[in-house]
Amino acid sequence: MSLSKSHIAFLAAGLIALLVLPTMLKTYGLYLLTLWLVYIIAALGLNLTVGYAGLKSLCHAGFMGIGAYTVAILMKAGVSFWFAMPGAIVLCFLFGLLIGFPALRVQLHYLGFATLGFNLLLMLFFRNEEWLTGGTFGIQNIKRPELFGLSFSGNLAFYYLVVFLMVVSAAALAYLLRSPWGRAFAALRDNPIRAESTGVNITAYTLMSFAIGAAYAGLAGALFAPLVNFIEPAPFGLANSLLFLLMVVVGGSGRFYGPVLGSAIALLLPEYLRFAKDWYLAVFGFAVVVMMIWLPGGLLSIKERLQLSKAKRAAQTSDSKAEAL
Amino acid sequence: MNAFASKKSILSVHDIKKSYGAIRAVDGVSFTVEPGEILGVIGPNGSGKTTLFNSILGQIKPDSGRVDFNGVDISGKSPLELSRLGVGRTFQNLQVFGKLSLRDNLIAAAQEFRGSFWGRMLAPSDNGVGQRADEMIDLFRLGHVADLPAGSLSYGQQKLVDIAMAFMPSPRLVLLDEPCAGVNPSLVDGLRDLLVQLNQRQGGSFVVIEHNMDFVMKLCHRIVCMVEGRVLAVGRPEEIQGNRAVLEAYLGN
Repeated sequence: MSLSKSHIAFLAAGLIALLVLPTMLKTYGLYLLTLWLVYIIAALGLNLTVGYAGLKSLCHAGFMGIGAYTVAILMKAGVSFWFAMPGAIVLCFLFGLLIGFPALRVQLHYLGFATLGFNLLLMLFFRNEEWLTGGTFGIQNIKRPELFGLSFSGNLAFYYLVVFLMVVSAAALAYLLRSPWGRAFAALRDNPIRAESTGVNITAYTLMSFAIGAAYAGLAGALFAPLVNFIEPAPFGLANSLLFLLMVVVGGSGRFYGPVLGSAIALLLPEYLRFAKDWYLAVFGFAVVVMMIWLPGGLLSIKERLQLSKAKRAAQTSDSKAEAL
Repeated sequence: MNAFASKKSILSVHDIKKSYGAIRAVDGVSFTVEPGEILGVIGPNGSGKTTLFNSILGQIKPDSGRVDFNGVDISGKSPLELSRLGVGRTFQNLQVFGKLSLRDNLIAAAQEFRGSFWGRMLAPSDNGVGQRADEMIDLFRLGHVADLPAGSLSYGQQKLVDIAMAFMPSPRLVLLDEPCAGVNPSLVDGLRDLLVQLNQRQGGSFVVIEHNMDFVMKLCHRIVCMVEGRVLAVGRPEEIQGNRAVLEAYLGN
């Protein structure tokens, strides 16, 4: 793995900030920071499906719900968090594979609708199957885990657990994207017809992009449940699926750090827009529309856009010089 | 008779037919391609060349007929299976991976042929074909734009990328759909030299659809002329050039 020096410095600074920052925060701030990291994990996964593999997915919050409910139900049944969490990830992976199959047949907004339907189905399940999910009352008192006598029940301890898992899952995704798989996902996104004629197994990569993306949502859900201690259907509905999509797109779809920035904006901007009261959604929506018009590649595309226009100008001047000779 | 006829054919097409409603796009076409041969397919617009190509390549299903590649029936095989067997292609309209760099485009075109699906998850980023990509970049003289996103290159450059991609995995047969279309006339000779070089170096066979007569006549060993879905004439370039029926088909009288 070859990272540039500035990249390593950036990562180190980020990590130090993550380790030091919570000591300066109060309870609510720490909660928001932890929630941000959980959202990052989920959005990293969605970025693989949407940003890198170019598929449409509107059921990411539903996957997160599967992860959260799996952990909550298993822990209520006496299963340790350390078994429930991998179980949630595997279950989401399998559901991701399942949802990948329609993606082999339908594309673009049709796929969006198929996944949207799946999310609605999950919501009905969470709400109506009271014997399992507790219905609209949800599941309460979900305990935070402990390991070898080390308890993660404190807010700060749980925060550090989430930091650790976020870093591990981000590193795993970075590794995957740097492997030939990453290039194959991008080939699938940029031109599926061409990809197939160059030996890219579209079926396998489509299914894997959904399954891995869903597995990340599963991990996020598995952490969300003990973070908030109480789960009910609402956070796993369509609105939050759209919010996840927004995180990916606003940050920069198909850019590794896009979800990091995107989830910060999606989570924190509403906090800062409280002065706008009921208008905050309108302000937020307007900001997104403006950004999609001027910067369709997301916030992280600014630098590249400037570089590309500079490179093009340079190429033009060298061309005109060549003509003059 | 052509010089290659004694050897075993790399591709043989038997009596391919494809109709769209009442229109017979391809109406019983047969020909063979021999190892190392460059075969041209010419014909006026609407003579069924691209439909024939798509039938061979599994993009559409012909109504009847059979295609053998290296002695094996490949009728009905998917583009993915064909690529695995060693059949490459270029596209008439631009088909590159727009957001990937030029170099990544070339690597993407060959990486899937090495190792297993799961093995590639852990393989080095270029899966061992980076050096070959660099050789191709040198051969096509695209070094100065190798790191730019392919979608940002000029039309002619993207065309070259498309062709280089087809040759990356060293296919045994490449089907080129109008390689000259949209390429600056001053670069056409260079493109021809490149293809000749690739043919001599890699030893694969090519089938080339092209409207640029000068290009086809100088590049191809043998030419198939199609008119209205049928083969009008087959022969060496000088035979085709002197063929009265071919001239009439092109000039309308």
